[in-house]
Amino acid sequence: MKKSFLLIFLISSFAAFAQADFEKKLQTKLILAEDGTTIEIEAGTFFLTKSLSLEGKKNITLRGKGIDKTVLSFKNQTQGAEGIKITNCENIILEDMTTQDSKGDLIKTMQVKGMTFRRLKAEWSGKPKASNGSYGFYPVLCENVMIDSCIAIGASDAGIYVGQSKLIVVKNCTAFQNVAGIEIENSLFAEVFNNTAIGNTGGILVFDLPGLIQKKGGYVKVHHNIVKENNLSNFAPKGNIVGNVPKGTGMMILAASHVEIYENQILNHATMGVAVISYYMTGLKNKDKEYDPYPTDIQIHNNTFERKAGRVPMEGRFGQMYRIKLKFGTQVPHVIFDGILDEKKVGKDGNYLPEFAICVRENKGQSSAIIDAEHDFKNIISGPDALNCNPESIKSIQF
Amino acid sequence: MKRFHVIFLVWLAAGMLMSITDFSTKEFNYPEKLSEYGFFEGSMKEQIPAADVVPYALNSPLFSDYAYKLRFLRIPKGQKTAYNPDSVLQFPVGTAIVKTFYYKNDERNDKKGRQLMETRVLLHEAKGWVALPYIWNKEQTEATLEVAGGSQLVAWRDQEGNKKSMEYFVPNMNQCKGCHEKSGKMTPIGPSVRQLNGDFEYQHNLNENQVSHLKNLGLLENLPEKSTEIPKIPAFNDPNASLDLRARGYLDINCAHCHNPAGPAKSSGLFLSWGNTNKSAYGFFKAPIAAGRGSGNLAYDIVPGKSHESILAYRMNSADPGIMMPELGRKLIHKEGVALINAWIQSMETK
Repeated sequence: MKKSFLLIFLISSFAAFAQADFEKKLQTKLILAEDGTTIEIEAGTFFLTKSLSLEGKKNITLRGKGIDKTVLSFKNQTQGAEGIKITNCENIILEDMTTQDSKGDLIKTMQVKGMTFRRLKAEWSGKPKASNGSYGFYPVLCENVMIDSCIAIGASDAGIYVGQSKLIVVKNCTAFQNVAGIEIENSLFAEVFNNTAIGNTGGILVFDLPGLIQKKGGYVKVHHNIVKENNLSNFAPKGNIVGNVPKGTGMMILAASHVEIYENQILNHATMGVAVISYYMTGLKNKDKEYDPYPTDIQIHNNTFERKAGRVPMEGRFGQMYRIKLKFGTQVPHVIFDGILDEKKVGKDGNYLPEFAICVRENKGQSSAIIDAEHDFKNIISGPDALNCNPESIKSIQF
Repeated sequence: MKRFHVIFLVWLAAGMLMSITDFSTKEFNYPEKLSEYGFFEGSMKEQIPAADVVPYALNSPLFSDYAYKLRFLRIPKGQKTAYNPDSVLQFPVGTAIVKTFYYKNDERNDKKGRQLMETRVLLHEAKGWVALPYIWNKEQTEATLEVAGGSQLVAWRDQEGNKKSMEYFVPNMNQCKGCHEKSGKMTPIGPSVRQLNGDFEYQHNLNENQVSHLKNLGLLENLPEKSTEIPKIPAFNDPNASLDLRARGYLDINCAHCHNPAGPAKSSGLFLSWGNTNKSAYGFFKAPIAAGRGSGNLAYDIVPGKSHESILAYRMNSADPGIMMPELGRKLIHKEGVALINAWIQSMETK
C-alpha cells in the first residue's frame, strides 16, 4: 500500500517538475534554434505559465502531433499577453497542435514574412465569455499569411484575425462561438474561402479602421464559405470595434473597398446577411485625415441567402436602429447599405460611378435595402433589386 | 521483488517524460558568468564599478515592480559618442550597458541589506545589440546567463513597513527584444540625454551632472554651448516639475519604447513618445484597435478630464496579463504612476 502511494507521489511530483522543465526547454530551444530548424513537440497536454516566443528567425517549423494530441494550455499563465508570440521572422510554419486558454491572445505573429498556420486549434474552453482572450489567430503587419485548416473557438474578439497585413489566404477553417469568426482588417489582397463560420456573433468581417500604420486595406475576395446562424450575443468588451457588431450578422464590410463576396451560403442570420457600412455608423470620432471612411466597389453576387421570418433582436446600437428606425418587421432584407456616399465618387445621377458601385445581383433569395442613415433613415429604399447594378460593373477583383 | 517493480516503474515514467522534454541546448558564445566581463571590482555583490565603467541613473526610470536598479556603462577605450537631443545616445560598437535589479530588504533602512535579482547586459556588437539576462545566485556571489529567463521569490518591507513578496520574473532573451526593438532591431531604451541630464553622486557627497561627467571623461562630444539647451525629463515624482512634463516623461520611458512608429506596438497606432505632437496618435479620443479585454468597456485611450473613462489609465491600473500595460516587465500595479496619469488626465479641460 505504502509503496503505491510513494509511487504516485513520485510520479506526480516528477510530472510537475517535468512541466516546468518542458516549458524552459522548449523556450530555450526556440531562442537558440538555428535557421532552418524543425522543432517537434510530442503528444500530451503541457501547461505553460508564460508566453512562448520566437523572434528574429528564418525557416523554422514548430510542429505538434496533431490537433488535440499536442495541447499547449495557458490556463495557468501568469505572464505575457499572448500564448505564442512570433516576431520579426521569415518563413515560419506552425502546425498540428491545440493552444488553449491564454490570458490575452493565443497566437500572435507580428512582422513575419511568410507565416503559415496549419491544422491548429485555438480555443478558449468553457462557455463564450468576455474574460476570454481577444484573438485566436492573430497575424498583424505580416506578409504572405496562410491560415489553413484551423479551428478557432471562443475568442472575445475575433477567432481568426488578420490585421494590417498583405497577401493573405484563409481557407478550410472553422470558427465558432467567437464574437467575430473571421476578420480581415486594414489588410490588402486577402482571399477567404472554403471556411465555415457558425454560431458566432458575426461570421466574416472586412474592416478598415482609422489611425493605423497600414492605412488602407481592400482587394478582398470572400467565396465558397458557409456562414450560418451567427446569432450569438455579442460578448466583446465594449470599446472594441467588434463590440458594435450586432448578433445575427453574417458578414459586415466596414469602410473597406474592393471587396467581392460570391458563392457563399449565408444562412439564418437574425439581423443581417451582409452589411455594407461606413465608419460613421460606429458613432466613433475619427481624427485621422488620411482615412477613407466609405466602402466602395463592393460586389455581392451568386450567393445563397436564407432567413427565417422574424423580428431583429433588440440588442445594441444596430438592434435599436432596426427596431426603432428601420422597422422592417419580420421580413428583413439580407443585404443593407447605409447609403452614405463619398461625394467625390458620385456621378451625375447621384449614385456612385460604376467603378465605385455597391452592387448586389444574381444572388439566390436576394433582398436588399439602402437605409439612408445620413438623413435619419427618411428615404429607405428596399426590395430585391435595391442595389442592382449594370452587370458590366460586376468584375472579379484581381490581384 | 516488489521494490524493483516500483523502481522500474518510476524509471519508466521518468524515461517517458524525459523523452518528451529532451531538447538539446546548443552552445552559445557569450560569457556564462557575469564576473567574466570584469565590470566590477572587489566583491561582485557590492557592484563597485571597475575603472573603465561609469555608473549612471535615469531621471524618470521605467517601473519594474518596485525593483531598484543600478546602471553602468562601459564604452571602449578611446571611443566616444555624439550628443543628440532627441533619441537614445548612439554608442559605439563594443559598448556594454549593464543594469542590475535589486530589492532592499527594508526600504526604510538600507543597513538591512539588499537582494540582487538579475543583471541585464546589453552588448553592442558589429551586427547590432544583444541582450543577455544573468540571474544571481542565493549567495549573491555570481550571476549566471539564463537565455530562457526565470523567476524567483522575493520578499521585502516597503516604506510603510508593510511586508511585500512576489515572484520576480526575469524575461527570456526574446522578450528583451519585445521592448528593446526599433524597426526590428535591438536597441537600448534608457540613456538619452534628456534622461541623463541630472545629478549623480559619483563619490560620497560629491554630485555632478551626468552629461557634464560623460563630457569630462571624454565619452560624449558635440554638446551645445549652453547647458540650458540640453533637454531634461523631470522625475515622475518631482514636486517642483509641471504635471504635464512629469506625465509625458513617465509615458515616454514606460510606454514609448513600444508605442512609437518603429516600435513593437506600432500596430496599435498609439504613440506615446516624448516628441509626439499628434494628439490623436497620442491617444486623445483615439479608439483602440486590438485591445480586446484591455479596452475595459471604454471607447478611447485618453478622454480629457475623465481618467476613469480613459483606457490608458485603466490598463496601467491592472495586473491581469490580458489587460495590463506595459504587458511585460511588471506584475504589480505602479500606484504612484497610476495616480500621476489620473491626475494628469483629470487636469485637462473636458471637451
